[in-house]
Amino acid sequence: MSREDLLQKTILLCATVGSGTLVVGIFLLMLHLGWPLLISGQFFSLLLQEWRPADNLYGIYPMLLGSTVISLLALLIGLPISLGTAFATTVVAPPWLRSASLALIRYMAGIPTVVYGFVAVFFLVPFMREQITGGSGLNILSAALVLAILIAPTMVIFFVNGLSGVAKTYSLAVDALGGTPVQKLLYLLLPQAWPALTAGTVMGLGRAMGDTLISLMVAGNSIAVPGAVTDSARTLTAHIALVIAADFAGMEFMSIFSCGIVLYLFTVLFVSVIRLTSKTRND
Amino acid sequence: MIRFAERFVVFFSLACTALLFFCIAVVTVYVLWRGLDAFSISLIFGGVDPLDALLGRRPVFDGLFPAIVGTLLLVVSAIVVAAPVGIATGIYLADYASPRWRVTLSALFDVLAGLPSIVIGLAGFTITIYLHRLFPGRIGPCLLISALSLGFLVLPYVIRSTQLALESLPATLRLTAPALGARHWQNIYRVLLPASTSGILGGIILAIGRAAEDTAVILLTGVVASAGLPRSLLEQYEALPFFIYYISSQYTTTQELEMGFAAAFLLLVLCGSLFLLAYGLERLLARRFVFR
Repeated sequence: MSREDLLQKTILLCATVGSGTLVVGIFLLMLHLGWPLLISGQFFSLLLQEWRPADNLYGIYPMLLGSTVISLLALLIGLPISLGTAFATTVVAPPWLRSASLALIRYMAGIPTVVYGFVAVFFLVPFMREQITGGSGLNILSAALVLAILIAPTMVIFFVNGLSGVAKTYSLAVDALGGTPVQKLLYLLLPQAWPALTAGTVMGLGRAMGDTLISLMVAGNSIAVPGAVTDSARTLTAHIALVIAADFAGMEFMSIFSCGIVLYLFTVLFVSVIRLTSKTRND
Repeated sequence: MIRFAERFVVFFSLACTALLFFCIAVVTVYVLWRGLDAFSISLIFGGVDPLDALLGRRPVFDGLFPAIVGTLLLVVSAIVVAAPVGIATGIYLADYASPRWRVTLSALFDVLAGLPSIVIGLAGFTITIYLHRLFPGRIGPCLLISALSLGFLVLPYVIRSTQLALESLPATLRLTAPALGARHWQNIYRVLLPASTSGILGGIILAIGRAAEDTAVILLTGVVASAGLPRSLLEQYEALPFFIYYISSQYTTTQELEMGFAAAFLLLVLCGSLFLLAYGLERLLARRFVFR
């Protein structure tokens, strides 16, 4: 390799290593700032304690629960809808509808989160308040409904890619045996595309958990431990935004780094699951 | 029984599709209807003559103009950071890295792509505090920090699209120039990169859309509700997504609410068309190489 090529290679390597280091660096930064909590053994008790600053309790358990419940509920609502849409887009719907639906899904993916939140505040929340749950209308259910729509395109895109990535020869074999499109979907594509379906689901869950704006705007942000889906709740992400807006000193501020660490670890977990299930792709 | 199950799947799929698209139609139509209704030149420039505002002769106090300019500045500077670094990393992963390195690094960038934007915002915020201690009074939360954080947030989009575009080039194209005596870099620069332009461009467009819509990062790194036009990169600024968020919780008059809807309308049109454009480019790329 000539000297000129070496120069280019070095520049590219620097960019790569630099960006890789930053990814790890963020975690180390969080760890560094949350370190006082970690070594005093408070980190794990923080995860299980309630948030009562008056009693010197700065646990993030309510937010952890809020994040988990909201994103799981969003997944519960969004997953069947996304699966159905993916079925329709790959097999069930007539061809003209399929390409239209693909384009619409892409447009959906592009709708800004804050616009969803805005519409929810002026459209869904009043409806919730007056027709269904009563109260302020800012609750777990509202947030989960909006998040279900928000994460749908991510999941549908994964599902569609997985379902249409099944080998053509298999597909032709089913056709030759006289299988209907639905039979092909149920007995061939679905079992074959299993890794992509898992990956898409985890991806959707990750997006729901990582979202800040929807829960901040629609979930009500109460710091009490939620008891029902019609209760208001606060997520880890919203907690970070709210505490920083309030002040930055002391234990209260320190607790947001434990939120950061937890969110980071969740991301690593989700990415590991996705990579393990779709391992064949990278080999 | 099985027949029934199969028929149910058809019905279920179509019903889900209809439901999802109904929701999207509600969101879109609602924002377009209220936004267009509210939309006017004076809403953007707040009574100041548009030409004066554009030339910076007179500041705009109650209009969307500073937020629009803020978002544009933010997106441009974030992409200026993310595009070169992302393309370089993508090229390295596709054409230089050993398989093991490639797996490790793409895992890292997958983590980055999955990180909640508020975590990246928190990192940016923490770095700002450190910088503030180093240079007291000179560096606080500002446009520069936001742009760097946003650039980092959208980096994986550029990396992945570059890597994918390069890797999906047909082997015949990849081998021709080296067979004629071209060096590795010459092959990349003169042949492979030009051939994957539309894929890379698609990634950059996605990155632009993502940078324009993100609120969590800027919320923590320097956006404010009213700042006017920033005079330098080290000042605080306004931005459209934050403005929308702010209005939704803090509006007091109907005029402010109208401005919120107009802002939502602008942002929706901007991001929606960017994502459709990226999709179009992706289709174009797929069609160009599918039969070779």
